[in-house]
Amino acid sequence: MNNTIALQPPKQSVTKQRSPAREKPVTTLKEHIIEIISDSGEGAQRCGQSLGSIAAKMGNGIWTVEIIPAEIRPPARSVAGASGNRIRIGSGYITNGGDETDLVVAFNEQVLLGRVRDKALKPGCIIMLESMWRENSDPAVVRSYVETHDMLVAAGYKVYEIPMEKECRALVTDARRGKNMFALGMICSLYSLDLKLAREQIALTFGKKNQSVIDQNIMLLDAGFKWGEANLDFKYRIPAVRSKVPQIVVNGNTAIALGVLASGMEICAMYPITPATSASHYLSDVFEKVGGVVHQAEDEISACAFAVGASYAGKCTVTITSGPGYSLKQEGIGLAVMGEIPLVVVNVQRGGPSTGQPTKAEQGDLLTAMFGSHGDAPKVVIAPSTIEDCFYSIITARKIAETFNMVVVVLSDAGLATSQQPFPRPVFNESWIAPPIDQTAIPPGSKPYDWDATTGLARRFIPGQPNGMHTLTGLAHDRSSHVAYDAESNEEAIHHRSLKLAALQKTLKAPPVFGGDDGDMLIVGWGSTKGAIEEAVEGLRAEGLKVSSMHLRFLQPLPPGIKEAMQRFKKVITIESNWSDRPEDEIIDETNRRYSALAMLLRARYLVDVDCWSDVRGEPIKPSTIRRVITEKLKK
Amino acid sequence: MNMAAHECLLQLHDEHFKLEDYQSGVPRWCTGCGDNAILAAVQRLCRDEGLRPEKTVFVSGIGCSSRFPHYMKTYGFHGIHGRALPIAEGVRLARPDLHVFVNTGDGDCCSIGAAHWIHAIRYNMNLTVFLHDNQIYGLTKKQASPTSPRGTKSNTTPRGSYLEALNPLTVTLGVQNVSFVAQAADWIPEALFDIVKAAYHHKGLSFVRIIQRCPEWLPDAFDPWMHDPKRILMLTHDNGIKVSSGLAGVYTNQEQHDPSNMNRAREIASCIDPIPVGVLYRNEDVPCYEDLRRSKVLRTTEYVKAGLEGEFDKVTVWPDDTEGQQAA
Repeated sequence: MNNTIALQPPKQSVTKQRSPAREKPVTTLKEHIIEIISDSGEGAQRCGQSLGSIAAKMGNGIWTVEIIPAEIRPPARSVAGASGNRIRIGSGYITNGGDETDLVVAFNEQVLLGRVRDKALKPGCIIMLESMWRENSDPAVVRSYVETHDMLVAAGYKVYEIPMEKECRALVTDARRGKNMFALGMICSLYSLDLKLAREQIALTFGKKNQSVIDQNIMLLDAGFKWGEANLDFKYRIPAVRSKVPQIVVNGNTAIALGVLASGMEICAMYPITPATSASHYLSDVFEKVGGVVHQAEDEISACAFAVGASYAGKCTVTITSGPGYSLKQEGIGLAVMGEIPLVVVNVQRGGPSTGQPTKAEQGDLLTAMFGSHGDAPKVVIAPSTIEDCFYSIITARKIAETFNMVVVVLSDAGLATSQQPFPRPVFNESWIAPPIDQTAIPPGSKPYDWDATTGLARRFIPGQPNGMHTLTGLAHDRSSHVAYDAESNEEAIHHRSLKLAALQKTLKAPPVFGGDDGDMLIVGWGSTKGAIEEAVEGLRAEGLKVSSMHLRFLQPLPPGIKEAMQRFKKVITIESNWSDRPEDEIIDETNRRYSALAMLLRARYLVDVDCWSDVRGEPIKPSTIRRVITEKLKK
Repeated sequence: MNMAAHECLLQLHDEHFKLEDYQSGVPRWCTGCGDNAILAAVQRLCRDEGLRPEKTVFVSGIGCSSRFPHYMKTYGFHGIHGRALPIAEGVRLARPDLHVFVNTGDGDCCSIGAAHWIHAIRYNMNLTVFLHDNQIYGLTKKQASPTSPRGTKSNTTPRGSYLEALNPLTVTLGVQNVSFVAQAADWIPEALFDIVKAAYHHKGLSFVRIIQRCPEWLPDAFDPWMHDPKRILMLTHDNGIKVSSGLAGVYTNQEQHDPSNMNRAREIASCIDPIPVGVLYRNEDVPCYEDLRRSKVLRTTEYVKAGLEGEFDKVTVWPDDTEGQQAA
């Protein structure tokens, strides 16, 4: 092993204790962020996911973020090809991906370089780098490796060269398959994780394969652990407190799929699109066990039309998509609004416009979700802010859709989609499940759009119901569903469809304020930024700043109490992952500045001077970034 | 209303429907429009088959013909342009107990909804699909459609359309899983009814192209065929439709065509003059998508709960070690 620096524990130690068995210093940490990166197909993602699950089972708080290259198989050893996982492990509850990385395991120096250039690593971060490239037959590879290595050392990173390939090849013929488990074993040793739990995790991960695959991976895990124990002279421990209630560990897309199961919906119509598809993958695997169907339609348009048709004739259905697919569904969504057909549309947002950044997180679809389709098309928009919320939002969405006969859009994003965070195992509730299809006869004289004057609600007529025969139409219609172009009927219908949003709004609670009830600044956010915003608020308040935050789950209708909360603060700002013009740009001023989506909404609705800060870097916003931004804004 | 079981049975037995039970409003199609003939044939079918109006759904897209559901006193879904088929597929998957019909025009089906048409054939769901093909866009006032013969003068092709017409029969017969293809003409109502009836009785997607006249925009388009019955090729077979002696006397140009013969069906489909009328292809053995996909089990709350808990178990971290091992 070519050690460039002496093996010694990093300086950030909190407390030190001597491990009795091995005389190794064990550094106790409150939290650490670990990355495992490799070329695509080398298994760093699986290694990272397993690490997250093991830590969660130990009782640690975790938040995992997938590092995904945009291509399925980018060229090997390419700077843009980093594939892997980033796991934030803490003693307490973790609500977001956190700041820069503390320790990274890299299978080659090029993918590492990509992460360095992305500024993903903390200054002085520990790097555990596969050392095989130093002896590569291609002198160019050796040169590249040595140059990068030396540059990283010079930049102050603590680089450990690890002979992962060599060690694995002693055990298996193809080290490319299995190196990830060696790395996992090494990390388990490094972080004092329970090897027994790790073995169980491997058995679970490879449960669908045969026993020899499981055995081989456990052998490599054990080897990595042993190697770590013998060769690394430092060790970490992140104390864990096991939860007193059962917790489930899934990512946002799986939580959405579980929510679909739990909501009692029976049909999901979809078309493959990143980053939404994994929700449908999971559903395809498990939905049919409970009598559901995932219909992969020929395109996004037909997926939506299919869902609309199935909803019209039966229980509320769901269609799951992402930005470009959401655009294609707009006409079908308008039809559901017009016909008052319940429908749940999940939009796992990605970077846009157009094909944009399929694997990256952005909150760019809020206004499209609210105002999409054409004409006046009121629909409900909710945005989950945690993994747990992804699950419950679908149940809520189904219920609202069927109560109000409306389209409910659930706005998740690529950040939530692939992030894992434990949450209390949901306790099944019968009321989650959609009721059976109502087939009772329609009382004589009733009309299919007998809108209630106060709420705009009307009983939905479903095929099979005697006396309810009518033709639902996307054309303007009267209470009898007859095509009507007269001024009165058109206005009456639009009026009542709009009232339903107000009726829903009357049932909503004011969103809580996090921090203090009043102060110098209120941060307002929505969706996946919640954890980062609240962590930043905690930090800022610890510094004595009077900063609070409010996170909105319902974006349309906006719940009551928002204006009152905003008025208790001197300044209000939204933090969002979408574009807003920079006031410092030469030609940007108050007459042309484009505000972030939520800021624009709040300004328009409440006539409050709401500022905004946003970025479109494709990555979840870091708590430290928010702290910096808010500190600067407060100085102004 | 309470009644004894035998009274119920009696009532069921006695229940019969009249044409008026399926008629809703006065169609606003032009006088002489082929849609009127199709409506008459379909209403007669519903009556003869005793289809319960509340169990019957007509789904359509946009266009003159897509107004069809409004004139049926059943459930109807007048959707959006081109999407009648996927909407109907959703209805069918959700509700195997309903009779589902689709009315779609040549623009709706063969142009804006063409992708759905191809895939609908492949899904082969149990739907009765009527392609109302008048070879022109009517509602938007005379534009060329994909099935307009080359040279058709329209508002978008004032010097005549440039392309050869798309042939809906050959296209449909070229798609994997096709299970029923027939062609009818609106001016031969007896054959139209027989074909509609055969389509209804087919399990799977029955695709009926109905050649219909548009008196407003292409008034003379089919005159040569109307005035010369020899330019109609009547397809007859025990497995297709049988031609009555009256009809046979007029339409003497006949072919005994076995609808299980795909190769011959494709040859017939390619024939534009004479116009073939009858069942071109039928295959009862093609599985229906809904039969492949729909769950056979009764979906009780307990059942859903058990499935959900099973999934939770796989990803649960238990507070206590012993259970944790079980879960892993």
